[in-house]
Amino acid sequence: MPSRTAATQAGTAAQGLLPTDVPISLIDADARACSDDDWKMPDELRLLKLYRGMVLGRRFDSQATALTKQGRLAVYPSARGQEASEIGAVLALRPHDWLFPTYRDSVAITARGVDPVEVLTLLRGSWHCGYDPYEHRVAPQCTPLATSALHAVGLAQAARMKGEDTVVLVMLGDGATSEGDTSEALNIAAVWNAPVVFFVQNNGYAISVPLAKQTAAPSLAHRGIGFGLPGLRVDGNDAAAVHACVSRAIERASAGGGPTLIESMTYRIEAHTNADDATRYRDQHEVEQWLARDPITRLRRYLLDRKLLDESKIDALDAEADTAAAQLRERMNADVPADPDELFKDVYAEPTTALRRQRAMIDAECRAGAA
Amino acid sequence: MTIVAETTSSATELTMAAALNRALRDALADDERVLVFGEDVGRLGGVFRVTDGLADQFGEARVFDTPLAESGIVGTAIGMAMNGLRPVVEMQFDAFAYPAFEQVTSHLAKMRNRTHGHVQLPIVIRIPYGGGIGGVEHHCDSSEVYYAHTPGLRVVTPADAADAYSLLRQSIESPDPVVFLEPKRRYWNKQQVVPSRGDDLGRALVRRGGTDVTLIAYGGPVATALDAAEAAEQEGRSVEVIDLRSLAPFDDETVCASVRRTGRAVVVHEASGFCGYGAEVAAQISEQCFHYLEAPVLRVTGLDIPYPPPQLENHHLPSVDRILDTIDRLQWDESRPAED
Ligand SMILES: Cc1ncc(C[n+]2csc(CCOP(=O)(O)OP(=O)(O)O)c2C)c(N)n1
Ligand SMILES: [Mg+2]
Repeated sequence: MPSRTAATQAGTAAQGLLPTDVPISLIDADARACSDDDWKMPDELRLLKLYRGMVLGRRFDSQATALTKQGRLAVYPSARGQEASEIGAVLALRPHDWLFPTYRDSVAITARGVDPVEVLTLLRGSWHCGYDPYEHRVAPQCTPLATSALHAVGLAQAARMKGEDTVVLVMLGDGATSEGDTSEALNIAAVWNAPVVFFVQNNGYAISVPLAKQTAAPSLAHRGIGFGLPGLRVDGNDAAAVHACVSRAIERASAGGGPTLIESMTYRIEAHTNADDATRYRDQHEVEQWLARDPITRLRRYLLDRKLLDESKIDALDAEADTAAAQLRERMNADVPADPDELFKDVYAEPTTALRRQRAMIDAECRAGAA
Repeated sequence: MTIVAETTSSATELTMAAALNRALRDALADDERVLVFGEDVGRLGGVFRVTDGLADQFGEARVFDTPLAESGIVGTAIGMAMNGLRPVVEMQFDAFAYPAFEQVTSHLAKMRNRTHGHVQLPIVIRIPYGGGIGGVEHHCDSSEVYYAHTPGLRVVTPADAADAYSLLRQSIESPDPVVFLEPKRRYWNKQQVVPSRGDDLGRALVRRGGTDVTLIAYGGPVATALDAAEAAEQEGRSVEVIDLRSLAPFDDETVCASVRRTGRAVVVHEASGFCGYGAEVAAQISEQCFHYLEAPVLRVTGLDIPYPPPQLENHHLPSVDRILDTIDRLQWDESRPAED
């Protein structure tokens, strides 16, 4: 039988690791401020930044979807409806922190400052990762689910070893939490006390599979306690709350407090990608309920009510977003021929003999084709 | 072709395990970015003692035990390398590296390419591999082809203690990720070792000169091939033995130069033959040396079965006799062109 002291120790260690019963929320679905003694509302400037980020993000997202219809993008996984999570989280990062995004997180990456054309390189199909990860400290978008969670832990731990104050934010989907790498990453991060924030956007589905078929845990945030790290659950359509939670997790990690798991409760308004048909597995009624919880409308109403925003500012922001989208469209419509020489350049530091031969063959084929 | 002879006075007798240990020690001492981690590599010194004493000498911050999670070990090594470190990680046994396969194939191998060279991952994954030690199931796999088939990875395997030292040092310094396969059954073989780094990663080595036939081997079976060459010599056949050392990239230059001289080739490995490394070697030889060949390229390989239990493994592993029998089948009496 376990001793009483052992039981007490386990009890003490468990304290503070479980999420609250109700998701953390600062601005409710009716745009009212919620009183929460534990969490502070971000200041006005932050709120306006969050609003701007979401407006630009949504316009970028709808432009990307439009580009798939024109055949300019091979595929696009939309983050429509998830802007509060995408923007609330990414704007909490400090310049020297790192972001590890998934295929769904193009909105977050552009908000981090990466050129949108470089972001869309992957989906355009002219190369894989189109940006230099070191420039904005954004890892390549990760498609093999959950694998990047381990990279995040490694990079964060290396930063600690080098004495750098760098926190790593890794984004994951609800479905990805079932992958083994998520468990390995949570476990290792907790054992190493690595400065990582695991940010899970629970958007209800992994392609067609709803969360109920993914886990029997009371919530995804509850999974933290089993690994010994705190789990937070936040209203993922409330940019203020997401921002407050992620900011605190970053502060905690930066101060040596270790990793945090955050479950951000949101919803994927569009199908999985433009190639998916969501009517095969979910009810339109459900989508409409979530449309009523729209993150942008919510923050706009909150800001309007407090005179922090007015119609002219709203119009100006919308115009800015339209201009950015038009520029993006124009740049994506330009044909940039992909160079076959690139195929061989970065397989190894130096091309092998075999690769040099294959390059010569492709060169000859291209010359013959051009002739 | 690379010539071995490099003479300095400080030769020491070392087992392969000790030579690997020495290489890790010297790499840790020379470059503070080098880290060693894995399962039981800290206080215990690894189940094969390759990391013995390193944690004591360099501290737990640089040589440490991880949770039991192979994907986690390789995945976190990737993140560390992205942040400027040079992890050398150990997989405890060949078959226990499989949980890390996704990290190896989807990320480790591809990162340089998918980021246009912006991110490089100078990581070494050390894997004790192969049989011949009476190990029970899951402890004896020859998994080299899974890695060699993956563009972006270097796959290196030493056959003796001297090469173990030199190739591991070079692998740790390589800007490319390296899967470093250590033939377990040679861990305890002793040899005079001059701890020198060398500059021949990617090159094969002619271990023994000969004129009648070229034996091509790597890792554990190199010693078997050398024994077979010795025995063949008694029977009047002059056998050249090439130790590939690097499976990716493949040193076709050294192999083809030899086969063009001898006109006959046998590839020896203990992994199963079907889709094995020998198939690639045979294809390269027939593509590049066809008109020099007096006989088809033959293979002596493990059987196409899951690795057998200890009491039966002798049937599976290439033996001197099987190599000699195979050499005998190289159409010595028939006149050219040999076709049937
Ligand atoms: C290891 C792996 N298995 C399967 C897939 C195919 N796949 C791509 S996205 C996806 C669903 C992921 O769902 P979730 O993690 O909830 O993220 P979301 O797409 O909702 O953002 C699947 C199964 C994959 N990319 N990687
Ligand atoms: Mg999902």
